[in-house]
Amino acid sequence: MLDCVPEGHVQHTVGKINPAKTCQPIGAMYAALGIHACLPHSHGSQGCCAYHRMHLTRHFREQVLASSSSFTEGASVFGGASNLKTSIKNIFKIYNPDVIAIHTTCLSETIGDDVSTIIKQSEIPEGKVVIHTNTPSYVGSHITGFSNMCKSMVSYLAQADGETKKEQVNVIPGFTNPGDMREIRRIVSALGIKLIMFPDTSGVLDAPLTNKYQMYPDGGATVAEIRDSGNSELTIALGSFASNAAADLLQEKCGVTGIPLKLPIGLKATDDFIMALKDWFGVEIPRDLAVERGQVIDTLIDTHFHYQGKSVAIFGDPDHVIAMTEFAITMGLVPKYVLTGTPGKEFEATIQKMLDDAGITGSKIKAEGDLFELHEWIREEKVDLLIGTSYGKYIARKEDIPLVRFGFPILDRAIHPLMPVVGYRGCLRLIEQISDALLERRDRDALDEDFELIL
Amino acid sequence: MEESCTLANSATACIAERQDSIQTAGTGRTRIHCTTDSLAGSVSQRACVFCGARVVLNPVTDAVHLVHGPIGCATYTMDIRGSLSSGSELFRTSFSTDMKEKDVIFGGEKKLAACIDELVAKYHPPAIFVYATCVSGMIGDDIVAVCKAASARHHTEVIPVESSGFISGNKVVGYRAAAEALLTLIRPKEGEIIEKTRKVNFLGEYNLAGEMWLARRYLAEMGIEINVAFTGDSTVAALKKAPSACLNLVQCTGSMHWVASNLERTFGTPYMDVNFFGPENTAESLRRIAAFYNDPAITERTEALIAREMKRIRPEIEKYRAKLRGKRAAIYLGGAYKAIAIIRQLRGLGMEIVLSGTQTGNVDEYENMSRILSEGTIIIDDANPAELEKFLLEKHVDVMIGGVKERFLAYKLGIGFVDHNHDRKDGLSGFSGAVRFAREVYVTTCSPVWKCLHTPVPGGNTHGQ
Repeated sequence: MLDCVPEGHVQHTVGKINPAKTCQPIGAMYAALGIHACLPHSHGSQGCCAYHRMHLTRHFREQVLASSSSFTEGASVFGGASNLKTSIKNIFKIYNPDVIAIHTTCLSETIGDDVSTIIKQSEIPEGKVVIHTNTPSYVGSHITGFSNMCKSMVSYLAQADGETKKEQVNVIPGFTNPGDMREIRRIVSALGIKLIMFPDTSGVLDAPLTNKYQMYPDGGATVAEIRDSGNSELTIALGSFASNAAADLLQEKCGVTGIPLKLPIGLKATDDFIMALKDWFGVEIPRDLAVERGQVIDTLIDTHFHYQGKSVAIFGDPDHVIAMTEFAITMGLVPKYVLTGTPGKEFEATIQKMLDDAGITGSKIKAEGDLFELHEWIREEKVDLLIGTSYGKYIARKEDIPLVRFGFPILDRAIHPLMPVVGYRGCLRLIEQISDALLERRDRDALDEDFELIL
Repeated sequence: MEESCTLANSATACIAERQDSIQTAGTGRTRIHCTTDSLAGSVSQRACVFCGARVVLNPVTDAVHLVHGPIGCATYTMDIRGSLSSGSELFRTSFSTDMKEKDVIFGGEKKLAACIDELVAKYHPPAIFVYATCVSGMIGDDIVAVCKAASARHHTEVIPVESSGFISGNKVVGYRAAAEALLTLIRPKEGEIIEKTRKVNFLGEYNLAGEMWLARRYLAEMGIEINVAFTGDSTVAALKKAPSACLNLVQCTGSMHWVASNLERTFGTPYMDVNFFGPENTAESLRRIAAFYNDPAITERTEALIAREMKRIRPEIEKYRAKLRGKRAAIYLGGAYKAIAIIRQLRGLGMEIVLSGTQTGNVDEYENMSRILSEGTIIIDDANPAELEKFLLEKHVDVMIGGVKERFLAYKLGIGFVDHNHDRKDGLSGFSGAVRFAREVYVTTCSPVWKCLHTPVPGGNTHGQ
């Protein structure tokens, strides 16, 4: 039985069983891939780097390149400075990236390597850039690591050239798929606003297959763009867990006003994103976007009876889960269990407020939880639908609940990284997936006499 | 890349220090440089000691596998192995002590002990393997003592696995750490006598996609029973009976030779290398196993099985051979034993091998490989993607056999790909597996989708954005 929850009352107070998070370095690696011509570098033993590359490769179905300091006992005893210096030299010689973005690991953090000093002592070729961030695996989660790397992009690269700001917006898109980042770019560009988005993995991890191999695909935020983000009028941080730290630092360092928003997943969050841009820049909403919004409303009305009142368990990364919970409430679903693996009390407070405002009671909410706990809750009282990552498939199978795959990682389905869940198009996709999942279930369970052509 | 790889006419590494890890078959070069640590800064495809230990032990189905470290090591190894079980599925659940900052500062021993206590109460497992990771090793948590105390407290086997990721020697050292844990598990209690039987153990067989079950059917037909596999579809109780076997079959040399020689020393059980990848290897292995028993009835049944299976698969293989003849293949795998087996198999399909490499091969294995490869074939140890890219293009490769990290490199270069690693979902061993392997090679090499690469592009090539 694929069942981790034994019968009867059991204690689970320490450690994790079937985690709903992973460690910081992979988030930093993913963020670094959103810099143009950047090679992420893992300062630790080579297993970390291999695992992160493998995990990202399985989710994106793209090659993920990253180098490692290849620690051994020697480096672990005497410090990793010489490994890192050699690495920097070798990387520029062999792989010739524009940027090396170094992240630490639990090992180099425990040893206490002072990475910024090591970088200063390293030979860096003219015109090349080396940045770093600290990502101790025993603090936070992969989302923390993503956030830390975004923040380091600001601290190393962003500059304000003077008092006057340019009429352009910075968007920090959070730990989203390249398809989402591409959609965010489309929306901002439809509004006629100049955009700097970092990181930006579109064109990197959703690059088309051409007849030519490119080690560094055309996508990614350039160093010049990230530098210029210090001159922007406004930063919009999408998702507080992944993006606020970088936006706060941009405000502090370069005086760029920051607006923290939810990830634009769902109708309200997308409205908020578009209205924030409209209000700040005084632009008109183009007809195309208005039409898309209208289609979402139309679809919600056409389909509401498929999902109205169904109970749902939502789990995954905090910014995704917060936005998804809001949209679930919009749709008339009842979020019964809401869980993230990432620590952070504000997660619980944010979700609780949404549920209170919607008059939904009796739900369970947890930050820093794991899938054992989620399964335990579902065992006590079942839900109609599960929304989350591929790791939810065990619970879905055991408890016979349909699963809508959403978030990171999705290891057992393809194409999702290209298909946005953000914006109005994302709303349509989510409504389709949720509605289809419930209708498939209905068809599957229907007796012959109840099996209908038209639903 | 091209600036740094200008010498394209021979097997020239992109970086001078890597030159000794690459050679060309038939050019009489000195020994290949291998089993060293990876170059710092390299995009190595290699994993770590923890990874090696985890893959070897993980298929012990009814044990709790508890990773003592920060969360990542447990998350990345959660149910990714594809080993099938006929009984307990407990091994597929991921357990971590989820070390936090305060554990790193004050030590993680208490948390580890508390985790073990709760897991025993929840699952009553016959054994718990506790894996050390980089951090628990670095801060000096005494997992041996914690495990010993927990064993005594719970009257169950709590076995430490010394798999700190930073120990040099990559996965192979992890295999050893796992092997030591296994030997600890199967060591008989004092005074306990385990009677010998006519059964065999099957070492280095992880039952990926049910491959052990297939071997078991073959052996059963011959009249030979598998005692226990190390470690595919094994249980703690079955492993404890390992000393009762009269013969150990060793399949994956990288991980299990050391165990086999240890079992020979301790329990007097002889061992032989077997290889179930490819029909010829399978037939040869079955004959050698039969010969060990020196029983005419077994030999007769073995020959009947081989004749029947060979006859059954020949037309199938021929069908694919007709399509694949003359195609060019590259192999890049974890261990050399499998690479060598696949060279034979691809040859059997009429294909030419132009590149062969591994992550963990040793000097002898590379010499063997070099001997069976044709002149001009590139042989490479611990390749990085830049090198793989260079040689894949230079050698006009049609299909690559590798693991998950190579798949999308091959695809981006317009090259077909077969996963012969942990991600494979179809059994590729034995006679039936040989047909499946041929089909997989055919499907990817001859797929019509590659034609799309060479049709004119409306609007020209666009690289995203």
